[in-house]
Parts: sequence; C-alpha cells; structure tokens
Amino acid sequence: MNTSINNDTIIAPSTPYGLSAVSLIRLSGKKSISLTNKIFLNKDLNKVKSHTIHFGTIKYKNNIIDEVLVSIFKSPRSYTKENVVEISCHGSPYIINKIISIFIKLGVRIANKGEFTLRSFLNGNMDLSQAEAVADLISSNSKNSHKIALNQIRGNFSKKIQELRNELIDFSSLIELELDFSEEDVEFANRNKLSNTVNKILEYSKYLINSYDATNVLKNGIEVVITGKPNVGKSTILNALINEEKAIVSSIPGTTRDLIEDTITIGGNIVRFVDTAGIRKATNKIEKIGVNKAIEKARNASIVIYIFDLFNESLESIKNQINSKILKNKNVILIGNKSDLKINTSIINFFKKNNIIIISGKNFKDIKSLINTINLNINKNIIRDESSISINQRHYESLSKVNNAMENVKKNLKEKSNTDLIALDIKYSLSYLGEITGEITNDDILSNIFSKFCIGK
Amino acid sequence: MFAKYDVIVVGAGHAGCEAAAAAASMGSKVLLATMNMGTIAQMSCNPAIGGVAKGQIVREIDALGGLTGIVTDKTMIQFRMLNLSKGPAMWSPRAQSDRMRFAEEWRLLLEKNKNVDFWQEMITSLLVKEKRVVGVITALGLEIKGSAVILTNGTFLNGLIHIGEKNFGGGRTGERSSKGITEQLEDLGFISGRMKTGTPPRVDGRSINYKKMEEQAGDSVPGCFSFLTRGLLKKQKSCHITYTNKKTHSLLKDGFKKSPMFNGRIRGVGPRYCPSIEDKISRFSERNRHQIFVEPEGWNTIEVYVNGFSTSLPEGVQLKALRSIDGFESVKMFRPGYAIEYDYFPPTQLKHTLETKPIKNLYFAGQINGTTGYEEAACQGLVSGINAHNKINQKKDFVLSRSEAYIGVLIDDLINKGTEEPYRMFTSRAEHRILLRQDNADLRLTKKGVLVGLANKKRLCLVEEKINKINKIDDFLKTTKVVPKKINKYLTRVGSAKISEKKSLESLLKRPNVRLLDLIKKTTTPLGINLSKDKLIIEQTEINHKYKSYIKKEQELVDKMSRLDESKIDPNFNYKKIPSLSAEGKEKLQKIKPISIGQASRISGVTPSDISVLIVYMKK
Repeated sequence: MNTSINNDTIIAPSTPYGLSAVSLIRLSGKKSISLTNKIFLNKDLNKVKSHTIHFGTIKYKNNIIDEVLVSIFKSPRSYTKENVVEISCHGSPYIINKIISIFIKLGVRIANKGEFTLRSFLNGNMDLSQAEAVADLISSNSKNSHKIALNQIRGNFSKKIQELRNELIDFSSLIELELDFSEEDVEFANRNKLSNTVNKILEYSKYLINSYDATNVLKNGIEVVITGKPNVGKSTILNALINEEKAIVSSIPGTTRDLIEDTITIGGNIVRFVDTAGIRKATNKIEKIGVNKAIEKARNASIVIYIFDLFNESLESIKNQINSKILKNKNVILIGNKSDLKINTSIINFFKKNNIIIISGKNFKDIKSLINTINLNINKNIIRDESSISINQRHYESLSKVNNAMENVKKNLKEKSNTDLIALDIKYSLSYLGEITGEITNDDILSNIFSKFCIGK
Repeated sequence: MFAKYDVIVVGAGHAGCEAAAAAASMGSKVLLATMNMGTIAQMSCNPAIGGVAKGQIVREIDALGGLTGIVTDKTMIQFRMLNLSKGPAMWSPRAQSDRMRFAEEWRLLLEKNKNVDFWQEMITSLLVKEKRVVGVITALGLEIKGSAVILTNGTFLNGLIHIGEKNFGGGRTGERSSKGITEQLEDLGFISGRMKTGTPPRVDGRSINYKKMEEQAGDSVPGCFSFLTRGLLKKQKSCHITYTNKKTHSLLKDGFKKSPMFNGRIRGVGPRYCPSIEDKISRFSERNRHQIFVEPEGWNTIEVYVNGFSTSLPEGVQLKALRSIDGFESVKMFRPGYAIEYDYFPPTQLKHTLETKPIKNLYFAGQINGTTGYEEAACQGLVSGINAHNKINQKKDFVLSRSEAYIGVLIDDLINKGTEEPYRMFTSRAEHRILLRQDNADLRLTKKGVLVGLANKKRLCLVEEKINKINKIDDFLKTTKVVPKKINKYLTRVGSAKISEKKSLESLLKRPNVRLLDLIKKTTTPLGINLSKDKLIIEQTEINHKYKSYIKKEQELVDKMSRLDESKIDPNFNYKKIPSLSAEGKEKLQKIKPISIGQASRISGVTPSDISVLIVYMKK
C-alpha cells in the first residue's frame, strides 16, 4: 500500500501540449513553494503572501530556462487545499518539458490522472458530484454544456437532493418508531404526509431524469437522423451540412471516427448525425430501407430530418407519409428537396400552406437556411431552460433507482400490512440519494469517477 | 481445593447460564460461580421473554443450540406473536413467564450437565499472569484456576440501589453487590463507566380490581420459541391493561424533589427506551395518561408486575400514586420499585469474540457490557461460552455477521459503536432485518451450531426436513400451471384480478391476497405435506415467495458489504498519517483498530467521507 500520496509534491502541465504563447504548469504539495523557490531568482517565494503573482527567472545549474510568472497559493486556500504553485511560462514544448524535468530532479512526481482534483476531494474541498462536474467542465466543448457544468459545480443540485433526503430521513425515523414500539402508545407516521413527500421526490427525480435526456444530448451531442424514402437526396444534404460547418476536433472519449466526422456545431451546440455511414456510402442496399425501418433507426434521435423528393413523389404519397403514425410523437423537421428541378405547383402550394421548407441540396443558401431551421428547433424543443441542471449517467442511474423505490412505497401505502416493506424502500431511496452526493460511497463509484480525468487536473 | 477448570463463569444470570451451558456442552469443564444459588437465572425485572427484536434473538439462540428458548417454552404462561399486522419481517414472539419456574428449570438443566460445577461465593478478583487470566479469587481468599474466565456480573458490580432518598449497596433487591473486580480491572487498564436502570414495584394480585382493566389474552393459537418444541401451550393466563391519569401524575410530581434521578444523586445514564415513570411524566408532560401493563408473575403466585411504572421515587409516593390508578385503588405492594446504578465496561474494549483486548482469555458478556435485557445478555453469554471453549482448544473464532443474525448486529454494534446508554435491540438496528426473520433462524444458524459442536443432530434433521419440504413446495409452485376456469372463482373471492390465460401458481402467489395454503388445498398431487403439522413450513415458503424481490435485493447488498468486509486493513495501521480524515474519525479508528473497511464504516464517528478516503488510500 503506497502511503506516500500526501507527502509527494506533484506536477503537471495544465494546458494542452501544442504551440501557444503561454503555458501553465501547476504544482501541489507541501514542498511546492519551497522547491519552486530553489530555482526562482529575484525573490524569496517562501516569504511572499498567498494569492500573489511574481515575475522572475527560472535558473537551474547556471542555465537560464525562461522568464515566468509564478502564482502562489498557500495551504489551505488553494484548489487542493495544499500549497499550490502555478507557473506561467512561454508555450514551447521544449520549455515546458525542461521545467518539468528540473522539478523531477528536485524530487517532484508527475501527477496521476485527475490527481489534483482527487486531492481536492480527499481534502474536503468538494463533494463527489462537484468533482465530477470538473471533469465535465473540462470536456465540455459547447457553450451550453459548459454553463450546465458550472451550475453543477456551484452545488445547487446537491443541495436540493440533500433537502429531499432529510425529509425522507424524518419519515424513516417515524416508521421505525412505529415498527419497534408497536406495543406502546406511540405516534404513527402520518401516512398522508409521507405520501406527499414521496410525490415530491418522484416529481423532482422525474424532472432531473428528463433533464438528463435533454442535457446529456447537449454534452454529448444532439443526435440527428436524416431519413426518407430511397433516393430523396439524403447524402447530398448530409454532405452539404457537414462541409458547411467545420467539424470540431474534439476528443470526446469513446467516439468513433465515423461520429467525429459527422459532428458539427450549430448555434453553440454539438450536433451529431447518426447512422450516416449508410447514407454517405449511398449503396443501393441502404436505399432500399423502407420508411418503417428508417424511423426505427431514428428512435433515440432527438431530431429526425425527413426528406421528400418533390420531383419524383406524388402529393398523395407525401400526404400519406406525413400522416403516418410513425412521424407522430417525434421531433421532426420535414424538408422538400430537389427544388432545382421543375416541381408540380400543387405540391409547392401544399408545402407553402403547411410551412414546410423547400430546398435544393445543391444550393448553398438553402443549406444555410436549413441550418437555421435546425438551430431554431434545438432552441425550441431541446434546451428546456437556461438553468438546466446537469446530471450524468451515474446520477441518472441512481435517480432511476430512487424512482422505482418511491413507486414501491406508493404501492405499499395502499396495502395496510406492508409497513416493513415501506421502511425498506425508504431505506433504499435514502441510500441511492446519498450515492449522488457521495455520502455513501463504494469503491466502484470512486474508481469510475477519478479515472475519467486526464492529466493536469 | 479445586480442580483446574477450563472455563470459569462468574455470575449465573441469563448470560452466565448460557455461557456455562454452551462451554460445558461442547466439552469444557465449567465452574459456575454465583453469590446465591437460589437466584440462578433470576428474572430481575419483567417476567417475560421476547418481544420486538428480542424474540428473534431467542430464536437465534435456540437455533444455535442455546437453552433460553427451551426453558421459556417449558415455563411460559402466555404467548403472543407481536406485530402480526406489520409484515413477516417484523413478527416477534413474546412470552409471559412463570418467574420461579423459569429459574428452577434453568437450574435443573444446568445440574443435569455433568461438565458444570457450582460454587456459591462472591468472586472478588481475577488471577492474571502476563496479561492473561489464569483464574479467580473468592471473598474467602480461595484461588480457583481456570484457562478462561467469563465475567457476567450483570448489575452487581458496585451496585447501588436507590429508593427515594434512601440508598444502599445491592446488586438486586435483597442481594448484596459485588466488590473488588472493577477496581482491579481498572488497574489492569480497563475503562469503566456507570449505568443505571430501574424496575417497577411488585404488587399483591389479590388486591387488584381487574374488572376496571382491559384484558389482554394470549394468541388463540400460541406459538413457541424453540425449534425443538412439540405441543403447544394448552392453557394461558391473561395480562391486563390500565392507565395512569392526571391525579397519578401530580402525586408523582410531588415526589420529584425526593427522587434520586432528579436531584442528581444517581450517576450513570439510564435507558431512553425504558424510561422510568418520572421520565415519562416530565419528558412527555403533554400526555394525560400512560399505559400500564399488569403482568402476572406466574401461574399460581399472586405476585404481579406493574409494567410501565419503573420508578425510584420514595415508597410512600409510589403507593399513593399507584392507588390513584383505575383498578389499583386498594393495591398492596410486595416491594417498591427502585433504581440501580452499577459499573459497566465500554464494549469497545472487546474483540468480536467478546474476549477483552487488554487481557487474554478474559471474556465479558451481558449487562456488564452496557446492554439491557435478558435476551441481549443471553446471546452474549452463548457467544462468549463458545469462543472461550474454542480458544482453549485452538479452534476458530465464532463470529456471526450482521447479515446472519441479530446476535451479529448486537456484538458488532457494541464493539464498534460502544454504547452511552443501556443498549437494547431493535429491528431498526439490523439493516438486513428482512433476512433476519424469526421464522428462518434455524435455516440461517443451525448448521453453524452443529459445526461448532453445540447444536445436536436432531436439530439438523429438522432443518434438513424443512428444507426438503420447502423445495418440494417450490417445485410444485413452479411447475403447476392452472387454467382460468379452475382458479378465477377463488381469485375473485379473495379480491384479486382474474387471469385470462394459463399461469403458474408461483406467479399467482406473488399477489398480496393469494394464500399458499389455499393453493395447496386446491391441488390433487400428493406433496407429502401435512397441512396442519407443516403449517410453519407453508408459512415460511409463502414469505419467501412474496418477499422474493426484496430478499434478493438485500442479499445483493449483503454481498456488496461483505466485499468491503473483505478489504482488510492492517490492524496496526497508523491513521495519524492521513491528514484528510475527520478528527473524530481518526481518533476512533486509532482506538478501535478495525480489521476491514467494512468494520471501519460501522464505527461511530467515522464519516462516509472518511471511508472514501480510506478506500482510495487502500487502492493506492
């Protein structure tokens, strides 16, 4: 068992490698200030106040390495609650490496994945869901998911969960009293009040679960499926959309090459076109997929873009498709394509009357307006409110379990003889709620979380 | 003068008797030392065994091969299964006992055991050599050698009785207190504390007007505690219920300034869950009446126990107050209620086997550890007796986990959390109570009892037969499918929805109103199950099915926790090295030295985030 975790001073670059004007290197640990002082000219860093910045030179064994700005954070007023030093140096990989290797010679160790945040958590500076939010913040590469991750760091989410948990604890005590002292004249837990609390928890957890579906897409990309009968021009439109908006070079973990290529940002949101391999290759096999099958593929998508071939399809057939049960209950953007060809006026009138856009996949302006349409759809149907709370996969699972347990309580409240089962489901719910803020941890949760971090944070 | 004994048990109360019986039955030569052979297995307080959570403990003692259940069944005068309306996880057996017959029966059983010797005298100190106990010394100065010693002194260590402003030494009314042991143990490095408990007056049943009270009869079909008992209680005696009133309360209040509890004369913490009548009136002053249970102390005797009226007020005040209660207008007391303070030793000084940490081969069991209740004491006696025998014979420690038995919960709580007030078992203390039911104690524990050499073959046969029959019924339920025609009338009759296609009986049993007994009656296949003889087996199978999803989930939680219990910690680990632990957590961990993460998580004062920190440390 390695017990050196707290005695070690750790170091890592906080900015990614690559050419840039300035880079940041960060140290944490008891000796970070004193060791930095050893190679810093101009000032005695051991004597300066916390939260101050100092301009000076790094020199090691008679070699001047760089002119730097050094920020000092004295324990406990720092990110990790230990002594923290941040060195802003010129952004050349050579300089960064040189500085880091000097510190290694002085006895500092390169930080493990997520170790800075791990220390912050271990030293009590943040709870588990806040720590996770840091990971999300770093990997958030769209404006909205960034906002949401910030919200989570501020702890709003934990507070509400905690309130609900406390209410449930009160009931738990009353029920236990009832069970263990049934022979005596004691107050019974008020079943109506318990019902109320259960409903409150169900409501809030459902709200959070729905927001997961919404905000998760914001973090991982809004899934869009382009579909329609064979040969309506799906590949043309898809390729046009992708070429128009450059794909972000993102390092979203776990994504395949396919998905990255088919990812664009629209209005600050990541949009991912799914199941596009078939479309892009445009083989006959894929084109033969019937409408039903195509819609099935769209099941998990947030937006379905359904394309009609205005030149080749009849108005009758178009109407049938629109009225089909399959397009109902889905967030669909209908598009009439091939406006560059000669289209039947009745079709044009029908589309104008029903406000369905008509484009030509080959027209640059049309593609731009399609992008706007998609953007409007996202803002209207997907982003529910500005202060969206963000929950991640782990929270989602815990909340689903809370939901189930509370539904069981509701069911058992109707049967008079199941008090022991009610007590049990309340106990489970308390445990799941505690999982979210990290009050009841087990190693599975912990190891998952901290392995998500990459070096430097 | 004496042979060398394997195990010396000091004190012949409920803990002492179980300890002596267990070690002797396993083969040790046992000396049971008591200050008074006439009070072996005396019920100091309530003449009853069992109750919520306590009944479950007695069944567990019995399943392992202990004797409390057997003695109770033989001498009970009333039986009630409590909490019938709360669900099977909460069912708790309780019996009113004949106090004199209970003590006599225990003594007779001990006398029948060839390995048990008796000595009537006060034990005043221990013989200790190099941090190991080697015997005891009596008040007469006699040395008795023994390889292991179990202290089960109950409330006798420096016991001090209070009635009003009078106080006098005593371990129980009419009996001397014991002196010398506490002081010696403190010299040996033990920490001691003071606890208090109280008991109500005993009254003359001939002077009670029962007509003014509600009768509480026993169950119409009484059950029993021991898995070996055949034949049910034929006659039962009823208890009665009455209430205090405003007059009673004001009369009692007049005496408060003379009450040792209120004027601070008593040191020691009393039990919150068994408050004296003074406590009840002052803490719950808004209530204008409190319940009183009037319990007969035996089949033939006229002595009656006034449950709910524990007090240490002056005897004159007690009598006046009693006489203001309905039915007690002309009551005569045999003896007044009193409070008793006594020494105890914080059980955090013990290991899981109840062996003390400072001195080898020395065990503490019962009220000396800060518990209250006969059942809580008896199970500790049982565990310490088994472990003392095993230690001497270099066999494995006998430890029950929290998911196996209430006994496991009790001991784990005591050694990890300690106790500030007299510890009493509640079902809410057991996080897996749905697995620890009174109906399945034998299935959980008898095999262990047999392995350790205490439970006899007969018990094992009964368990195996039970398992066989349960499996038969399970198969029957799984494989038998029933058509709507044959079952819908029944379903409608019990208020359950009709079925439209063939369904297995197993799936129907999951419905709340469907009863297994009914389903079995409807079948023509011979199962080898006798509907009345095997009633309990049918009940148990039904519980297993109706609670299946909950039982499964609890089992998963048990498995998860046992993984934490398997994450071992070096018992000499220096917690001071980890600055990120909470101050109290660090102190407690350093003091108790847990052997696993699981145990660490149960120590009071160690927070969940402390555990997170430990887990991360251990991983690194």
